[in-house]
Amino acid sequence: MNNDTAIRTHDLTKRFGGFIAVNKISFDVKKGEIFGFLGANGAGKTTAMRMLCGLSIPSDGMATVAGFDVYKENEKIKKSIGYMSQQFSLYDDLTVKENMRFYGGIYGKSNQFIKEKTKLILDQLQLKNEANLLVKSLPLGWKQKLAFSVAMFHEPEIIFLDEPTGGVDPVTRREFWTMIYKAAATGTTVFVTTHYMDEAEYCDRVSIMVDGRIEALDTPAALKKNYNTNSMDDVFLQLARKATRKSD
Amino acid sequence: MKQFFVFIKKEFYHIFRDKRTMFILLGMPIVQIIIFGFALTNEVKNAKIGVLDFAKDAASTSLITEIQASRYFDIAQTLSSQKEIEPVFQKGNVKLVIVLPANFNAELTHLHTAKIQIIADATDPNIANQLTNYASAIIRDYQQRITENQQLPYTIQTQVRMLYNPQMKGAYNFVPGVMAMVLLLVCTMMTAITIVREKELGTMEILLVSPARPFRIIVAKAIPYLLLSTINIASILLLSVFVLGVPINGSIWLLLGVSMLFILVSLSLGLLISASADTQQTAMFIALVALFLPTVMLSGFMFPVANMPVVLRVLSNVVPAKWYYNIVNAVMIKGLGVQAIWKELLILSGMLIFFLGLAIQKFKIRLA
Repeated sequence: MNNDTAIRTHDLTKRFGGFIAVNKISFDVKKGEIFGFLGANGAGKTTAMRMLCGLSIPSDGMATVAGFDVYKENEKIKKSIGYMSQQFSLYDDLTVKENMRFYGGIYGKSNQFIKEKTKLILDQLQLKNEANLLVKSLPLGWKQKLAFSVAMFHEPEIIFLDEPTGGVDPVTRREFWTMIYKAAATGTTVFVTTHYMDEAEYCDRVSIMVDGRIEALDTPAALKKNYNTNSMDDVFLQLARKATRKSD
Repeated sequence: MKQFFVFIKKEFYHIFRDKRTMFILLGMPIVQIIIFGFALTNEVKNAKIGVLDFAKDAASTSLITEIQASRYFDIAQTLSSQKEIEPVFQKGNVKLVIVLPANFNAELTHLHTAKIQIIADATDPNIANQLTNYASAIIRDYQQRITENQQLPYTIQTQVRMLYNPQMKGAYNFVPGVMAMVLLLVCTMMTAITIVREKELGTMEILLVSPARPFRIIVAKAIPYLLLSTINIASILLLSVFVLGVPINGSIWLLLGVSMLFILVSLSLGLLISASADTQQTAMFIALVALFLPTVMLSGFMFPVANMPVVLRVLSNVVPAKWYYNIVNAVMIKGLGVQAIWKELLILSGMLIFFLGLAIQKFKIRLA
């Protein structure tokens, strides 16, 4: 396989009984790319993402993540990826530092590594004075940025972001995307789902899922051109309206 | 291994930073022992009673003095007519009224027989029963004393010995019960809740995406509760020996060993619940209804299992606490050794294997 490929899927399928949640999706994500994974609620985004993260075993098709097979090598995949979910994913009753220590620890990082990395992140986020505060006392925007840094703590090759900016104000969202760009610039592949179409514009390439299938996949510019419109919003609506499946 | 310690440390942070959890974990055993030890006792002491003495002669007065002197009764009302009896019961001032007829002394000495009426408030039948028994016993004692010098034609003397608990203390019965309850509460409910909480918060997803193996995550979550449970056993035993005066007659190591086994059974039940519940409320509800109630009702700690209908007796066999309760009774109170409890040990071990196997199975299914 090509060394530039971070994620590759071919006819990846997940069935739950008679229901086909993800229907033969195929795509490649290049290393260092910011890949937007769009779709209405219930289109199958989360299921697809869970398969790529090793949380769910595919029913059919193939997929490799960071060069590892999702069927056989999901332990290796887990070491190479970071994950941040739409639900807030830090421990509220642990301090900023303790959260970082914990996640560093479960990824088996050395004390030295954890110490240096913690300092670096606190500097970057300007959270030095808050290092020993409980996470619950931080404002949501900070928590979200911190959660991203924690997901990046072990320096994964690929980071999966599941609606990372839900409920966050526009300014913080901007800052958040600056962090994503920085991560991508250092070679990290970013796989992100979102419902904000302005965020879709920030992605290198975007795929749009409808009823378990990928209906469109291209750069935002090319998509807009193909669908004869000047907003991603419109592209999304044209496609999402084809859905026959009810959203959840 | 380091991963594992990081986990356990984190779990302790959760526990120590939540006051409610801390209270349930460390305060509950103490509170329960104290409530059961001092407040909830079925022994009757200083029950308020009324006396209606129509005789007011030498015999009646000395009998009343005797009743007053006993630690069971406290004469709160001295009545003067039959009409006053009903109202004092209605007001709830007294639980028992003793009526001594006129000419009590005369009838006793001349006719050799006298009648005493004992009227009890039987809204609580157990208390009424106990009180009338105590009253009858005092009267019997009194009678024996006044007939001491006379030889009765036939006498059957019963000699009663109360084995293992000569003073008939309620504590002997409930200490084993409280141990079973507290361990269930801590190990099963708390473990289930903390695992389900991670599911609710979404942090479980993050953990599952990490290289930490699911089984280790679960075991690491259970370990702090295992440690705290041993502290609980220690504090319950210390309290019962030094505060309630319940001795440990058997081997303390055997007692600790079987408690460990019961803790493991409870933990595996907690894991099983956490695998089936998605919210903390559900977990708590399952723990209460499926475990806590049966433990209180069917372990034999509140109500004797032998007196229950067949269905409940059969059902009680699946309640782990029943077996643990039997073991603690046998080892702690009766001072028996392993040979007396091998059956119970075998059953608990079987339950451990079964529940743990089921829990692991359920986790695997969820992850697929």
